[in-house]
Amino acid sequence: MKELVTILDKNGLVFAFLVVGFIMFVSYLVSKKLTNNKIPGAAIAISVGLFIAYFGGEKGLASVTGFSGMAFLGGPMMRDFAIVSTAMGASFSEIKKTGLIGLFCLVLGTTIAFFIGGTIGYIMGYTDAKSFATIGGGACTFIVGPITGGALGASSEVIAISIAIGVIKSVAVTISTPFIAKRLGIDNPQSAMIFGALVGSTSGVSAGLAATNIKLVPYGAITATFHTAVGCLLCPSILYFIVRCFIN
Amino acid sequence: MKIYGVAILAGCFLIGHIIGDLLGRAFNMNGNLGGVGFAMLLLILLNNYFYKKNILKPETESGMLFWSSMYIPVVVAMSATQNVKAALSGGWVALLVGIFATAACYSLVPVIAKMAKNKTKL
Repeated sequence: MKELVTILDKNGLVFAFLVVGFIMFVSYLVSKKLTNNKIPGAAIAISVGLFIAYFGGEKGLASVTGFSGMAFLGGPMMRDFAIVSTAMGASFSEIKKTGLIGLFCLVLGTTIAFFIGGTIGYIMGYTDAKSFATIGGGACTFIVGPITGGALGASSEVIAISIAIGVIKSVAVTISTPFIAKRLGIDNPQSAMIFGALVGSTSGVSAGLAATNIKLVPYGAITATFHTAVGCLLCPSILYFIVRCFIN
Repeated sequence: MKIYGVAILAGCFLIGHIIGDLLGRAFNMNGNLGGVGFAMLLLILLNNYFYKKNILKPETESGMLFWSSMYIPVVVAMSATQNVKAALSGGWVALLVGIFATAACYSLVPVIAKMAKNKTKL
């Protein structure tokens, strides 16, 4: 048994291929046989992943000995590389068409998430301007929160909460997108770009769109990745100064 | 050869990351500002150019397509390695903010998509 775990840990990435392949196979089977393809296999597979992660540790399933390779396969390098590759199927003219509106949505989405997040935090007892801005940043993405908190010198408790907010947002987006995409009219490149720009969470948006229609992934992902950039620029600066005008 | 496609992808990825990193430094922030987005833009522009000149070999293209087909499996691995327990233990603040912020942004999608459509019609 101990030897087996050593072999699995040593060949972590290869074992991760096997594990993910198995999860995908079971999920697509469930999608086909139990839901008649109504719930996309990718959506089931991603939910299964999150469910398994709950029983793991800080790194989800990768904290369990033998499964360390999952952290590499699902890590930022592989994730970004795979996201970039989806741009293969994107058409430049479509992106140009939505360019300006996309930019507007980026600023709008950041501002709205920031103030809604900060206000709820304020009501629940985080009443200083730094906490307001950090929690508001977390409501953009889980990268914006800690960057804002770090820049402003917020407490580590608030920074941890801001990360949790971003993660919850990305989980919520991942799971809900396939179910509400039709109702929100996300069925063309333009609305996918608007969606990505407004919602922001790159992992959530691209995973949710992947489960909805894989062709829409690059459009949503390209604006969503700029959402984090815009959030990192606006939250610790202009938006924080606006907050400072109202609370100390 | 397939590796040419993978290499083009890797080149775009790295250049995008360098641009994002430089931008982050320019704004004095410890982060990558939109590196992935720049990489995607670069790949799209490059593909556009290849397509016009008709010089992209199907074999090269399949090297890139392999990675885009690996996208969902990578996302599954990513979700399996999230700190889900911590996200849920962040308490009510985290849960409420996460869900309300998401819902608010969702509700704007159809509104702006409609505005955008009207604009292109005009």
